[in-house]
This record gives sequence, C-alpha cells and structure tokens, in this order.
Amino acid sequence: MSNKLLIFLFLIVLLFLHQDFWFKDDPSLVFGFLPVTLAYHMVFTVVAAIGWLMVVKFAWPKGLDEEGGDS
Amino acid sequence: MNAGTTVVVIVAVYLTLLIGLGVLSSMKFRGGAADYFVASRSIGPFILFMTVFGTTMTAFAMVGSTAESFEKGVGTYGKLASASALVHSASFFLIGLRLWALGKKHGYMTQIEFFRDRFESRCMGYLLFPILTGLLIPYLLVGLLGSGSFMAGVTRGAFPEAFASTGGSVPPWLTSLIISGVVLSYIFMGGVRSAAWANTFQTLVFMAMALLAFVIISVSLGGFSAASAMADPAKAIRVGNISELSFFTYLLIPLSVGMFPHLFQNCLTAKSAKNFKFMLIAHPLGIMVTWIPCILIGFWATGALMPGTEDPIVPHSAPANAVLGLMVGKLATPILSGFVAAGVLAAIMSSLDSQFVSLGTMFTRDIVVHSFGKDRFNDTTMVWLARGFISFMVLITFLFSLAEPRQVFTLGVWCFSGYASLFPLVFAAIYWKRVTKAGAYAAIFSTAVVWFLLFRASGYGANGDYLLSGMMPVTGMFATCILVLVVVSLMTKSPSNDTLEKFFPSK
Repeated sequence: MSNKLLIFLFLIVLLFLHQDFWFKDDPSLVFGFLPVTLAYHMVFTVVAAIGWLMVVKFAWPKGLDEEGGDS
Repeated sequence: MNAGTTVVVIVAVYLTLLIGLGVLSSMKFRGGAADYFVASRSIGPFILFMTVFGTTMTAFAMVGSTAESFEKGVGTYGKLASASALVHSASFFLIGLRLWALGKKHGYMTQIEFFRDRFESRCMGYLLFPILTGLLIPYLLVGLLGSGSFMAGVTRGAFPEAFASTGGSVPPWLTSLIISGVVLSYIFMGGVRSAAWANTFQTLVFMAMALLAFVIISVSLGGFSAASAMADPAKAIRVGNISELSFFTYLLIPLSVGMFPHLFQNCLTAKSAKNFKFMLIAHPLGIMVTWIPCILIGFWATGALMPGTEDPIVPHSAPANAVLGLMVGKLATPILSGFVAAGVLAAIMSSLDSQFVSLGTMFTRDIVVHSFGKDRFNDTTMVWLARGFISFMVLITFLFSLAEPRQVFTLGVWCFSGYASLFPLVFAAIYWKRVTKAGAYAAIFSTAVVWFLLFRASGYGANGDYLLSGMMPVTGMFATCILVLVVVSLMTKSPSNDTLEKFFPSK
C-alpha cells in the first residue's frame, strides 16, 4: 500500500472517529470530573498527534528540501 | 493598590517586556526585504511551531472557548478544538509543506505571487488582494475589541475618577490603542522575524496562564470532582447543545488555515521542510493543552458557587464572554488575575502581529512592486513601503474598532468561512494539473457572491446561530467553489506546458 493511500485512509478514519456518535448523550464523568465526551476528544487529539508522528516517521515525502532548492 | 490597578501594572510590565523582545529581535534583522518578509527563510522547528500555533490561537482560544463551553457545553471542544487538531495539521502537511517548497524554489513571498504564476494571470492579485485583505480586517478587529472588552472587565471600578464614563474601567479604546501601538512597535522594527520571536514568547505565556487559571479555579472550588459535581449536567453532553450537522460541517471552518495569508507567510519562513515535522505532531497537543483548561472552566462556571455561600459566581445576566474574567477575578488573587490578563492579551497579540505583517507584505509585493516593476524599488524602499502600509492598516483597524464594535465577534466566523471556502482553490492549484485560470476566476467570483448572499441572509452577521439547512453556511460556499472550479476548468483550455512543467515537473 502506498504512503499516499495510507495517509488518505488515516485522515478518513480520523474524520469518522471525530463525529463521536458514541458518547454524545452520555453525561457520565471519567475520573469523577471529566465528561466522557470531552475525555473521548482528548484521546482523539492524542491519537491525531500519534498519527502525524507515524506520518513523519514512515511516510514523509522525499526530496522536498531538494525541490525547494535547499542545499 | 486595588485589584484593577494590580492587573494594569502586571499587564504594563508584560507589554514592556514584549517591546524589549522586539528590540532584541530587531538586532537580528539583516536589513533586506527577504528578511523583513520571510526572515530569510531561516526559522527552525521550535520557533516555527510556536509562531504558527500562536497565530492560529486567537482571543477565542481562552475567552471564547470558556464562553462557548458555558453556553453550549463541553461539546465545544470537539466542535472547535479537536476538529482543528485534525484539520490544521492536515492542512500544514498537504498545503503548507508544498507551498513552502514552491515558495523557496520560485522565490514567492505571498500567496498571490504563487496564484499569479500557477494560473498564468498577471491580474489575479487585483482580485484576490481586496478579498484576502477584506476578510482579514474583521479578524483583526476581533482581536482589538477582544483586548478592549477583556481589560474593561478585569479593571471594573478600579479607576473611578480617571475613567468615570466607563464605571472606572480602562476604556476599550485605550486598551486597543496601546495594544495596536505595542504590536506595531515590534513588527515595524523586525517584520516577520520579530513577530516570530514575540509569538514564541507569547505562546508560552498564554499556554502557561491557561493552566494557571485552571489550577487556581479548581483549587478554589474544592478540587476537580467538586467543581464538576456543581456544574450543569446538561452541559456535559453534546445532544441538545450542538446539532449533528453543524458539528460535522464545522469541520470545514479550520480549513481556513490553508488560505490565511499570514500563515502562508509563516510557513515560508521555515529553513527546511523537515522543520514542519515537529509542528505537525505538536500542534494537536498544543491545542489540547490550551483548550481543555478553558473548556472545563466554562463547564464548571455553569453551576459554580462562591465558596461558603449559595451565590453563583457567574450571574445569569452576565455575558458569556465575561465568564473567564469573572471566574478568575472572583476566585484568584489580583496578582494572579493580572497574569491571566497578560495571557489573554498574549493570545490576541500573537495573532495580530503576523496578520499586520502579511498585509504589509501583500501590499508591497502584490500591488506596488507588481504594478510599477521590480526594478523601481530597492530592498530598503520595499521594507519602508511595507512599514508604511502596516502603520496605515493599524490606524484604520483602530479607527474601525471605535466605530462599530457591536457585532464584530459574530463576524469572526464569517471571515474564517470566507477563507475556508477558498481552500479548494489552493488545493487544486497544488494537486490538479487541469485547473485553469478561467476556473479559478469563476470560482473566486461565485464563492464571493454566495458568501455575500449568505452573509446578508444572516442579517450581516447579526444572527450568530444562522445555519443553511442545518449546516454551517461555509458548506454552501465551499460546495460552490468546488463545483464552479471543476466545471469551468474542464470546459476551458488546459494551462500551458511551461506552467505544468514548472509546477508538476516530470521526474
């Protein structure tokens, strides 16, 4: 599977996960103070950052510095 | 010394430090247009992240997020913050990185220079400049007015003799004037390099102050659990507060970062493509660290009582934008209130500076130099032209802030929608060979018309809850842009082979 396809799939999955159909009407509190939908989106944010870490590590486009004329 | 005076003293010390930093960074100024406009493309990964992050986080990140959470519940984080965490980094990767490479290769300093070449149109700047500038002015006004109203709130009753007409508060016009003057002073000296240094400092300040406010308030309310137990449970869920369609279509709004002229310019300052890596990973985390404390403060404010009493901290009649100020003001010491006020102003100024510099750059490069010829101006003249236009725009924005402050906060989302709706233009310019000049012109015109029609339908921004069939209005503009861009491009002649080879070189 190409890097471009992987990145595309990664964005589509995140887009779906963002919609949060699961906790949108659940008033329970995680750790006694954090509304569950808020906790979910915090985890989502961390997952997004980890996803970008993966992109940076394994799918970074090659030759951009050369293309930009960098030495 | 009363509480308001303490706040003013702390803010004054902070602003003085900022001017000092401006002087320090201007010593690094190398004197040419390339340094003033794009810092000689020399910025490293940490400062790149801090300046881009600081620029995207406005007054809304602290004051507005608390207010939205208070009114619409904690779903605000998903709607505004985690959506941005996803879309911003994607835009930096898909758009910013590619534009950086093209900018470095072909010497671009503004978006319009890129679009002019890509769409083979010498006149495109005359259409895009007023649109990009026109959308930026209300965005600037949001910052200035935000600073004015926040300082008025935290200094209420502090100066009854000096400012009797405002009930003893520092008048909003005075705060706006001082903030404008401070921002102008450091960008006047060092351009985008000074803005980058100042943004780095200011981003650290506002992130730290958001956390500080969070800790103080939670301790005063008896801890995290006690604070959440007092809050309105209806605000702990999304249902009943934010509709599904508006939640989903709001994802289009953060695409505006792909078309912001100031972010384009910030991206061009990077020394290397590798410098974007840190930003892609850190940006979502930065959003979380800044927003979560304010979202929880807004949530807690829905039911928080003054310790030991039955009195609500936020009265029912209080405007939502005053929630952060009230929570900090009533639960923290004046010194801590002063630090938080400095943090709010830092968030505001870290956006204003880059925006003003980009206006000066666009005017100089896209209008003056393009119209009269590159050879007519040396580097020094170009820098002075930019400084002159920036000073003029600071003055104009300040005067606007005196004239019509009532609805400007609702205008913010319309500015963002305008930029976001032009996102397909920049995306197609980078990735679609077949997009044409006629397609680009038709898309810009039709999107502008749809923007205006929807804006009018919202009562020129008066109806802050205006939706288009349940969706954010940006959806209609965005769809129009894509449709017209694709249809007209396919109906008209492809770009020349020279242009295609320039932007899509064969490997």
